[in-house]
Amino acid sequence: MATAIKNTAKAKTNPEKCKGCYYCIKACPKDAISIMDIVNKKGYSPTQVDEEKCIGCGACYTVCPDTVYTIE
Amino acid sequence: MELRAPESISFAQTSFCPGCGHGIVSRLIGEVMEEMGLTEKLLTVVDVACSSLHIDTWKFDTVIAAHGRPIATATGVKKIRRENPVLAYLGDGAAYSIGIAETMHAALRNDNVVTIIINNGVFGMTGGQMAPTSLAGQKTTTSPKGRDVSKTGQPFDVVKVMGSLDIPYLARGSVSNLGDIRRTKKYIKKAFEKHMNNEGFCLVEILSPCPTNLGMAPVACSERIDGVVKELFNTGEYIDKEGTK
Repeated sequence: MATAIKNTAKAKTNPEKCKGCYYCIKACPKDAISIMDIVNKKGYSPTQVDEEKCIGCGACYTVCPDTVYTIE
Repeated sequence: MELRAPESISFAQTSFCPGCGHGIVSRLIGEVMEEMGLTEKLLTVVDVACSSLHIDTWKFDTVIAAHGRPIATATGVKKIRRENPVLAYLGDGAAYSIGIAETMHAALRNDNVVTIIINNGVFGMTGGQMAPTSLAGQKTTTSPKGRDVSKTGQPFDVVKVMGSLDIPYLARGSVSNLGDIRRTKKYIKKAFEKHMNNEGFCLVEILSPCPTNLGMAPVACSERIDGVVKELFNTGEYIDKEGTK
């Protein structure tokens, strides 16, 4: 019986590095990324990841210019 | 799957504008260097404009060349450090306008350097003036009514100019969407592999958004590349042959 391989990798953000370009929101295939209500030290509204929806595909990591994301 | 940006490029926060493509390209270079085991060896020569902002945010040994002349300087660096990979990193205004002579003659001599040219269609750091790569009708600070090609000539296309030269590698990538970023990384890696084989002049041009100077939101600016800029500047590999050097 084949068992599905469970993907446990999730995207983690570093909100302090985020500059609010939101390329990741466009790239995310599962619409798991949204904008937070707070502003960071630089004055941008950073993103947050919904871990329930995240599949750890790495799209956000690939498009991010500011190395906000790690997949682990 | 675990993905973490290489420490060589992510230890400090970059000072680029939100949505700037330089950050993505810098990460691609860091990843390629990590995969090839060359992080400690890479010597980079950057230009004076926006690309010089990398000096504080990547750990590669770097020379800042005179404006438009990183390729000529990189040629010299390579001549005395033959075992190290040497990268010339510059923008389109520097490579195609200020330093066109150096760019052309390095390609004609088939100098053994990797050249990465960031094409955003404007002079970025000085305030968005018209560059040779600005599209026909594009509004910039020095062409407020749109670029008039009857006065200023047609946009500069590096593939048309260098496509017939005897160089081993010429490719154009883009950082405007996910697929193109992954392909661009392959182009950069191939250029460095050829470079380490001493094959000659490898050029990768990368289309990059400049949201600040085009006055657009970052996502709209990268969509503009996919929809408008790529009609004229197609991405892909144009020269890929065995080098002679």
